[in-house]
Amino acid sequence: MGNILQLANVSKVYGTKIKTQVLNEFNLEIEEGSFNSIIGQSGSGKSTLLNIIGTLDVPTQGEVIINGISTQKLTKKQLATLRNQTLGFIFQFHYLLPEFTVLENILMPYRMQNKKVTPEVMERALHLIDVVGLSKVKNNLATNLSGGQQQRTAIARALMNQPKIILADEPTGNLDSDTTDQIYDLMRSINQSMNTTFLIITHDQSVAERTDRIIEIKDGKIILDVQKKP
Amino acid sequence: MNFPFSVAKRFLTHNKGQSLLIILGIAIGVSVQIFIGLLISGLQDDLINTTVGSAPHITISSIEQNQTFDLTSSMMNSYTSNEELKYVALLADGSGFMLKDDENASILLRGGGQDAFDLYQLPSRLVEGKLPVTLNEIVVGSVLADNLNLTMNESVDIQSVSNSTQTFKVVGIVDLGVASLNERWAFTTLQSAQDFFNYEDALTSIEFQVNDVFLADEIASSLLLTSDLKISNWKESNAQLLSGLNGQSVSSIMIQVFVLVAVILGITSVLAITVLQKSRQIGILKAMGIQDSQASLIFLFQGLLLGVIGSLLGIGLGIGLILAFTTFATNPDGSALIPIQYDLRFISFSALIAIGSALLASLVPARKSSQLSPIEVIRNG
Repeated sequence: MGNILQLANVSKVYGTKIKTQVLNEFNLEIEEGSFNSIIGQSGSGKSTLLNIIGTLDVPTQGEVIINGISTQKLTKKQLATLRNQTLGFIFQFHYLLPEFTVLENILMPYRMQNKKVTPEVMERALHLIDVVGLSKVKNNLATNLSGGQQQRTAIARALMNQPKIILADEPTGNLDSDTTDQIYDLMRSINQSMNTTFLIITHDQSVAERTDRIIEIKDGKIILDVQKKP
Repeated sequence: MNFPFSVAKRFLTHNKGQSLLIILGIAIGVSVQIFIGLLISGLQDDLINTTVGSAPHITISSIEQNQTFDLTSSMMNSYTSNEELKYVALLADGSGFMLKDDENASILLRGGGQDAFDLYQLPSRLVEGKLPVTLNEIVVGSVLADNLNLTMNESVDIQSVSNSTQTFKVVGIVDLGVASLNERWAFTTLQSAQDFFNYEDALTSIEFQVNDVFLADEIASSLLLTSDLKISNWKESNAQLLSGLNGQSVSSIMIQVFVLVAVILGITSVLAITVLQKSRQIGILKAMGIQDSQASLIFLFQGLLLGVIGSLLGIGLGIGLILAFTTFATNPDGSALIPIQYDLRFISFSALIAIGSALLASLVPARKSSQLSPIEVIRNG
């Protein structure tokens, strides 16, 4: 299968007077439908990398190609559309909107397109709720959920627009080991059933070991790239 | 439903206490504006009505005192066709003495037609009887009637300064609202006065009331005159009243402007705080791909919703205040102390201004929200 994501010579420097080089001529290719993890110590540049891939941050130099489109020359509006339709985010903190219910939170990326919620779309949302095991609490406000339920809601929300890539920044960082296993299994099954590409930043060795490819970063460079044989 | 609108609505209903406070703020602002505005305009109308409501706004008389003049047909035509003029009262006045038994009283006998009677609001001021219709019928002021013990349908003699005497029949008694006029004035028909004073067809003055009292000076300067006549209007002789009214208008506008500024500042600061409170939500919405314009719209819609609901509530409150005022602040006879008109144009204007202000106030947070970068929110949690 082809590459869904490609980074070519991407560098990121923070600061103007005192410069901090976070990414240093970074090259990376991610295959469509793959299940990858990025590991590394704090400050190694993992989150910056994910933010740049997610078009939330811009590289100082280099090119990011997502689904065959170079993000360099896209306008803010086009970037927003790309994020809405091609990418899904899962963060360490769930960032659910506390004013809305589980179902409404999950529908949000779709409703942002100002399109009417058709029965098919509603069915998809309900299916996702079913997949993440939240059918019983779908009408609860996001604040009335446990940590694991909130994170599962965030995963379902990230999947709502059927994105090609899910970017997850320590999605299990705040969860206990049982819940971590549940979330991992959930992401893995989605990867297999929907062919969604996953890029997961993690500190959790057990999670990393279960992915198909482990990329280790240090000082803004890849120091280890292990691909498991299928 | 439009996505930003539904998010705005949810943000407002989720924080009910905060939303209610802003709505209450707008409502109180609008109600104060409506109450003060209508109260002061009612007060001014009342003052003007008391001062010039039953007095001529424009008077034409001869340049030389106590001289009569002839009304040309071209003048009369131009007056009757002028739509700014409410009443055109042709008057033949003269001084004399009313004699009864061995008493007498100095009077001003005023001869006029229906317009003159309407100008002085005689129909509503009749205490007894009717208005003069035929030759030598008179109505007299109430104090004059008391002083001479006049009764209805009594005949009295009036002696002019040129010593001619004529008998008139008292058909009515009026209360003109001013003691000095009640003591001296008597009204008769134009023909009776002209005959009695030997004026033939001549007049001593023409008095006008106009539809818009504040345009009296402009209208006066546009009226057709002959060279032997002079013209005056009420504004010349009431400069102090006018400057008082003006001062009132200015202070009323000042109060309204300050109320408005307070409302705008209130909404802006609360909405600005909401952006801070919601920056996490806005940031994540942006990461999920909401357009900047949609993110701004959320706050504009919040401003609009707050403005519309607050204004509607404010109109209700304002009208309630006025109702309470007109019900409880009354004259001894039960009529309202200050008669207030429900000026729908002013009320809707106040509401529109408040809605506009709420929108204006939400521009600042809307801009902030549009500029908010998702990366800051995600990085800082």
